[in-house]
Amino acid sequence: MKYTFPLAAVIALVLIAWIGSKIPGMQYLFGVVIPWLAVATFIIGFCYRVVHWAKSPVPFKIPTTCGQGYSLPWIKHDKLESPATTSQVVARMFLEIFLFRSLWRNTKAEVHEGPKLTYESSKWLWLFGILFHYSFLVIILRHIRLFVDPVPGFINVLEFGDGILQIGAPSIYLTDVTILLGLILLFGRRLINRQVKYISLANDYFPLFLIFGIVVTGILMRFFLRTDIDIVAIKRLAIGLATLQPTIPTNIGSIFYIHLFLVSVLLAYFPFSKLMHLGGVFLSPTRNLANDSRMRRHINPWNPDIKPHSYAGYEDEFREFMVDAGIPVEKELPPKADEE
Amino acid sequence: MYDRGIIIPGLIIFVLLVTFPIWYNHGVAGDVPKPELPKDSKKCVDSVNVMRSKHMQLLNEWRDEVLRTGDRAYFELEGKKYQKSLQNACITCHTSKKKFCDTCHEYASVTPYCWDCHLAPVESE
Ligand code: HEC
Ligand code: HEC
Ligand code: HEC
Ligand code: HEM
Repeated sequence: MKYTFPLAAVIALVLIAWIGSKIPGMQYLFGVVIPWLAVATFIIGFCYRVVHWAKSPVPFKIPTTCGQGYSLPWIKHDKLESPATTSQVVARMFLEIFLFRSLWRNTKAEVHEGPKLTYESSKWLWLFGILFHYSFLVIILRHIRLFVDPVPGFINVLEFGDGILQIGAPSIYLTDVTILLGLILLFGRRLINRQVKYISLANDYFPLFLIFGIVVTGILMRFFLRTDIDIVAIKRLAIGLATLQPTIPTNIGSIFYIHLFLVSVLLAYFPFSKLMHLGGVFLSPTRNLANDSRMRRHINPWNPDIKPHSYAGYEDEFREFMVDAGIPVEKELPPKADEE
Repeated sequence: MYDRGIIIPGLIIFVLLVTFPIWYNHGVAGDVPKPELPKDSKKCVDSVNVMRSKHMQLLNEWRDEVLRTGDRAYFELEGKKYQKSLQNACITCHTSKKKFCDTCHEYASVTPYCWDCHLAPVESE
């Protein structure tokens, strides 16, 4: 099965961090060296990928449009589906990035008896996607509290909103529930939907399992396996990472090192994987180009530099040969001296 | 590279966002909070390690036991009897919220809502 290998890989990663962090002295490797290398790989790899993409020429304007393009004044222009100006493109990109607008148009094709082909709107992927991505974002923003001192005010607002249910102590975060739900649904979709299952590869399952591992270890650490999870000590370690003054407080539970190791693997894996859609969404030509090819000329960047060559110029260049060959010319050859 | 004018600023913004903790801290790791420990007692309800990492779970258990099962059993510590209680146990020894609980909580950015109802100790300046 295509998911057994990724699953085994994530389990192996957990075991490596679990056993590794118990060996005296190895805490420095798992707590400082690997996270640093992972962050460096993430940032350099990310920039490299984006620059690499930016080097690829776009020979044609290829915006995907599914609305009326800009035309005559009495024809209603669909500004979002067929943007003609930069500001309309920005609006379209904004909705794409923040609301996943193109997933909102997802359809499901089914063959019924007859045979009859039907298309039906299917918003589940959009829902699961939104659930997952926004929970992930809020969790990452909340984690900033572990890396900076003093903690900026907007983090407190997020913590308050996220913990608004005030259940238990430490109190439950809404995003912990919604991210788990999102992950389970996104994974379930790959198992249950036959077409999606067919096209799912190991590198679709691996990030899902890895993020699932990160979330589960985080939740276990906060609510269930708190032994030796002293947040003050962990924050000292995390700030040490951010200020390049690393310290490894003694006695942090293994579950923390497992969490951190899985995060490091995710960061290092990121630039080489489909997760680069984080940067890629900004660089999609089908989304970020304006449909203005009738107003502005798009020049293919690899066009050779061809100079215009008018007929008059052509005749100037070849007049002698043309006259020689008896081809009529508009302007005769200048009279020769001896003919006078 | 095409669209240099957009790609480079975009990448710079990305790197600045990702490295937020690095430049926000100005390279200062800061001090770990030192909560003021009680002078007239030596032992907490449990060992220091357990208290540091699990005191909120302990409080939560106590709260459930007291309010849901009515189990207000007393416990003994260094020959003195204490109630399972936030105000009548923790606060009798840790007499200052500001100099004890808050030091850590501010550092870790947690704001327990307990004090919405429970009386915080009167702080002696
Ligand atoms: C050693 C530092 C330290 C001291 C001292 C301390 N706390 Fe905490 N406390 C923490 C940390 C760190 C957390 C956050 C744990 C987390 O986010 O997982 C916390 C969380 C809590 C929570 C749960 C908050 C929530 O809603 O999630 C409560 C309740 C709590 N502390 C009560 C107290 C009380 C009462 C005192 C004083 C008697 C106290 N603490 C003293 C470090 C400390
Ligand atoms: C009998 C008095 C007493 C009571 C009651 C008490 N504590 Fe303590 N607490 C102490 C002492 C003494 C220490 C320091 C222990 C040590 O250093 O060995 C301490 C340490 C702690 C620490 C670790 C602080 C640090 O910086 O290492 C925390 C957190 C804590 N107590 C929270 C609580 C909470 C929450 C309660 C209520 C559930 C509570 N304590 C009840 C006396 C008490
Ligand atoms: C909505 C108001 C309210 C809030 C918020 C609240 N409590 Fe209470 N708590 C009470 C009341 C009322 C009692 C019952 C007092 C009694 O019967 O002795 C109580 C009792 C308790 C008790 C047992 C008895 C005692 O005297 O302390 C504990 C322990 C306790 N609360 C802990 C907490 C903690 C920890 C928090 C924060 C995470 C918290 N409470 C937040 C109202 C509140
Ligand atoms: C991809 C990045 C990460 C994800 C998705 C993630 C996810 C989670 C989740 C879901 C929790 C449960 C509690 C909560 O929601 O706050 C958690 C807790 C935790 N994470 Fe992470 N995490 C990430 C990165 C990190 C990093 C880099 C650290 C390093 C310091 C870290 C340290 C912790 C700690 C200490 C807790 C326990 C918090 C508490 O007890 O309040 N996490 N994590």
